Amino acid sequence: MAENALLEVQGVSKHFGGLVAVDQISFTLRHNEVLGLIGPNGSGKTTMINLISGALRPTMGDIFMGDRLISERPARFIARLGIARTFQLVRLLPSLSVLENVMAGAVFGHKRLWGREARKYAARLLERVGMGHAIGMPLLALTYIDQKRVELARALAADPDILLLDEWLAGLNATELKLGIDLVQTLRQEGRAIIVVEHVMDAIRSLCDRCIVMNSGAMIAEGSPGQVLADPAVIHAYLGDSHA
Amino acid sequence: MTRNEGIGWMLAVAGFGAMAFLPLLEDADYLMGLALNITMFTVLATSWALFSGPTHYISLATAAFYGVGATVVAMGFEVLPFPVLLGLAGLAGGVLAALVGLATLRLSGVYFVIFTLGLAELIRQLVSWVQSNIVEVGSIQVFTDNSDNWIYWELLALAALVFLVGWLIERSRLGFAMRIIGNDEVVASHSGIHSAGSKVILFVISGFFAAAVGAVMVTKIINFDPDTFYLPIISFQVVIMALLGGVHRLWGPLLGVIPFTLLWEVIENRFQQPMEMFGVEIVSAGSLKVILLGVCFMLIVYYIPRGVVGRVETLARRLAPGGGASHG
Ligand SMILES: Nc1ncnc2c1ncn2[C@@H]1O[C@H](COP(=O)(O)OP(=O)(O)OP(=O)(O)O)[C@@H](O)[C@H]1O
Ligand SMILES: [Mg+2]
Repeated sequence: MAENALLEVQGVSKHFGGLVAVDQISFTLRHNEVLGLIGPNGSGKTTMINLISGALRPTMGDIFMGDRLISERPARFIARLGIARTFQLVRLLPSLSVLENVMAGAVFGHKRLWGREARKYAARLLERVGMGHAIGMPLLALTYIDQKRVELARALAADPDILLLDEWLAGLNATELKLGIDLVQTLRQEGRAIIVVEHVMDAIRSLCDRCIVMNSGAMIAEGSPGQVLADPAVIHAYLGDSHA
Repeated sequence: MTRNEGIGWMLAVAGFGAMAFLPLLEDADYLMGLALNITMFTVLATSWALFSGPTHYISLATAAFYGVGATVVAMGFEVLPFPVLLGLAGLAGGVLAALVGLATLRLSGVYFVIFTLGLAELIRQLVSWVQSNIVEVGSIQVFTDNSDNWIYWELLALAALVFLVGWLIERSRLGFAMRIIGNDEVVASHSGIHSAGSKVILFVISGFFAAAVGAVMVTKIINFDPDTFYLPIISFQVVIMALLGGVHRLWGPLLGVIPFTLLWEVIENRFQQPMEMFGVEIVSAGSLKVILLGVCFMLIVYYIPRGVVGRVETLARRLAPGGGASHG
């Protein structure tokens, strides 16, 4: 299994004081794979993403990218190795232009372009996420969805090998969702591995090769979307929550 | 953008050119005194803003760097030529800034302010102690062949250099990194930026310039006494001037330095007596100045948080509707 693994999460836990937000999780992400990370609210998905991207350090366990032990490293190092992410609550740079927001991803990380090259490249990525028209617009004039697109363009600007999307499809309407799913598909076709945190079942079914289900920090199921969504433990975790 | 830049360059060259001719005027002593103060504070406030503008860290270490620069010259003027000492002073300021930066920039802003304030006091005590207990001299008379005109030109050259460095930083990856850090440090680190490293580099640059200014000024003041060089009020003045002018533009602090230096001139001349009420001294002349400084600070923070530059830009935008007049 480890042979084809791009990312290996080994027995990782994260404690916040007495709260165990992530409880001994192990999984691998393979080359060219879309892995779904699902679970009810507060189950630890975002915390898991934070651990991989280096925003947080695990309390226990290791995360490897290839041969590099990234869980010992700061976020900037992990970014340079080729892991990029979006944030569940969009984080843009309000005093920078739309184009500069995207350039931010291309200048220091995995890609390292500068000057006109970086501008051209950032403009192309904005086109790609359907935001070509917004290059000259002030950031604050953008709708929330458009801000999410800009943020994705920034993550892509690093030309990452691994992309972490934390509920990037949340809040899209039906047409936007279709476009969003297609976009993620093309990113995979370019050879990137992607972890998507999602609540939208349609997106999970059509995008993910495999899913991991978390509940209260622990992993309760792993398998194809069809398998895990039919798993009694998973159904109980989701429904048990709302029926409680 | 390019057109504005061209105008900026022309203004800068014309301004520095005009300033450079000042010493050649006759009977311009008073003007020279003012120009010297303005130039000195321009270097200090502009280099301060290079670091504090984008990071939002308020550094009160200016006096420490300034004092260290003066100390280097005071200790070495008998053995080394002044240009060498000037370089060494800048280097010492830079090294001190690097040490302080590495130790404190990971802390939150509040701790940083307090630490930098304490730093000047700590070094002052240390230098005083060394002076009186080890070398056993009260104060050192720093006699060099640096004439008043040269001192002024040296400060002017430092001012030109600080603007050049600031201009280059703005165009560099470092400048772009600082703007990202100022917006969102989490995004910065996830974009591959070494935030602490970038901040330390800028702090080192500001330390270098403040120390160089101290090195030049000690040849002017001649009497080197730690109490007059590691003076906290210098740090506060620099902060106020920079904030008054505006720290989000390279030329912002200059617009604070000029009015403030003139105002300070008035304060110095008017308030030489302690404030008395019914014949009883209630505030000494020195404290009165500090109080006025504090009042200025509060007024600025309340009424012009983005400084004179912010005001100018708002005005320019209003005068040119639809025009992107705010690119500097
Ligand atoms: N920085 C933090 N400090 C303390 N507790 C935290 C922190 N971050 C997350 N938690 C807690 O950890 C648990 C898991 O949170 P997390 O955000 O990872 O859940 P999630 O699965 O992403 O939920 P959602 O679907 O609502 O986004 C929650 O109980 C949360 O309150
Ligand atoms: Mg979450």
